[in-house]
Amino acid sequence: MKSDTVYMDNNATTCMAPEVIDGMHEAEKIYGNASSMHQRGREAAALVGLSRESVARLLGCDADEVIFNSGATESNNAVFNIARHLIALKGGKIVTTTIEHPAIIETVKYLRTEGVRVDLAEVDPEGIVKIDQLEKLVDDDTVLVSVMMGNNESGAIQNVMEACRIAHSHGALFHTDATQAIGKMNIDFNKSAFDYMSLSAHKFYGPKGVGCLIVKKGAPLFPLMHGGHQENGIRPGTYNTQAIYGMGIAADLAARNLDDEIQRLWEMREALRKGIEERIEDVVINGSQEHCLPGTLNVSFPRAEGESILLMLDLKGVEVSTGSACATGSLEPSYVLMATGMDVELAHGSIRFSLGRYNTMEDVQYVLDVLPPIIRNLREMSTR
Amino acid sequence: MSDFKSFMTDWVYTDTVKDHFINPRNIWRKEDEFEPDGFGEVGSLACGDQMRVGIKVADGKISDIRWLTYGCASAIASTSMMSEMVKGMTLAEAYAITPAMITNKLGGLPEHKFHCSVLGDKALRAAIDDYLESTGQENPFKGHVAKIVCECKGVNDQQIEELVKTDKVANLQQLMELTGLGTGCGKCKAEAERLIAEFRHLYGK
Repeated sequence: MKSDTVYMDNNATTCMAPEVIDGMHEAEKIYGNASSMHQRGREAAALVGLSRESVARLLGCDADEVIFNSGATESNNAVFNIARHLIALKGGKIVTTTIEHPAIIETVKYLRTEGVRVDLAEVDPEGIVKIDQLEKLVDDDTVLVSVMMGNNESGAIQNVMEACRIAHSHGALFHTDATQAIGKMNIDFNKSAFDYMSLSAHKFYGPKGVGCLIVKKGAPLFPLMHGGHQENGIRPGTYNTQAIYGMGIAADLAARNLDDEIQRLWEMREALRKGIEERIEDVVINGSQEHCLPGTLNVSFPRAEGESILLMLDLKGVEVSTGSACATGSLEPSYVLMATGMDVELAHGSIRFSLGRYNTMEDVQYVLDVLPPIIRNLREMSTR
Repeated sequence: MSDFKSFMTDWVYTDTVKDHFINPRNIWRKEDEFEPDGFGEVGSLACGDQMRVGIKVADGKISDIRWLTYGCASAIASTSMMSEMVKGMTLAEAYAITPAMITNKLGGLPEHKFHCSVLGDKALRAAIDDYLESTGQENPFKGHVAKIVCECKGVNDQQIEELVKTDKVANLQQLMELTGLGTGCGKCKAEAERLIAEFRHLYGK
């Protein structure tokens, strides 16, 4: 099952850190139900407690503000469900943006069918949410404002501090989907005064299927599911001890040398960007360059189509993703890129490189060696 | 549990698609100085693909062909395969090529990629039309060949006509259930509805 490739799709998911794998192997023997009072139960509860502290340390929140669940999709749904309850009780609306993850975009579509009012703030050509438009949309009627921290496709880092301030100045709650930012940005939940924050372990070298919602003390909570006392009755279901423990180890690793890692990711990303610009003519770098997640590089190659580039790279052992419609089956190119007002051909020819902890400068060099002939070849057979 | 390898495919497409994608046949390279007798260009950039086909005609048969595309792996492989298939065909045979024939030769395409394979034969027909027109010949094919209505599912107007004529379909809903038309991107639904109404009128339904 081991594959020997240059993996540059870390925004899709990351591999588990060796330390996480080792820790989870140790935890696999601890089979007790963390809710049981006997020794085996207390062992499992200790692992959950340890992990809760590690996650809190990484994110700058208190341990009792961490609600373990299945990940950011569930967290995002849970927060919008809370807003739906509040709106049912006292009226009001939600304000979010056009570039959120589908876990929010699709939830918004569903809530609208239920009659919930949701306004969407747009983004500028660099993929940054227009904060002045957001400010106009948020009024005293607004119950929840939700703006992601960093975008998965363009890498654009959003001004969540200002968005949070705007929300609070109108008495609205503020949520941020921080999934892509963990291990790539310094985050201090308490200092930031956010009310809710979503994340998934598998984006920072932890296991899949586990994540958490961070909730500020006193912020409203309604359970998405019912059936148990876990997480104060907010998130029922027997604890997945092993996965939660793995997430805790991943959090410890992410907290270690974070500034150095941000620097290293940015240097690799910049080497890749400069190399592409030097070796391939007529390329377009997408999204904000000033406010960009350190490992993310989104590039369009006019006259070459994204799925073809992706598959050619795959044959050379390089794994990336594309905003082309052809790769999704939807027949529509990436809504995140199109939201920036991008030309449709550029969206079809876009490739996202997302570098991570286990990438090296050698990987960057390899991509810079194999990519130019692929683009040249595709352009030679292009009508464009 | 089953063996891992039985679930892990070597590639997302068939080996034939892969072969034609990596080594596309009859690419229209500048240095070839290929002078076509007929030329066709079709495509929608909104769908992310565009196709250009040039043909040489000798003794009523296609003697040579070149093509270019802005498109995905399916579009490249389909057109490459099509270009191999039509060499030596009479114009009538070439005009009757369908996406399904090309797709079968490729060993199949994923359902949602079917629409990527319809541009090659469309561009080929445009090139044949252009050849006949530019040489002042009568075009016996135009209008007599099935026209694809739903590109995603490969449903053509003649199929719809037959289904309406034989009372199998009376409305869009029935057509969608029977053929899958309109269940991909959905862009063809208005056109399909118009055709159903037209054929119902034609056959006095």
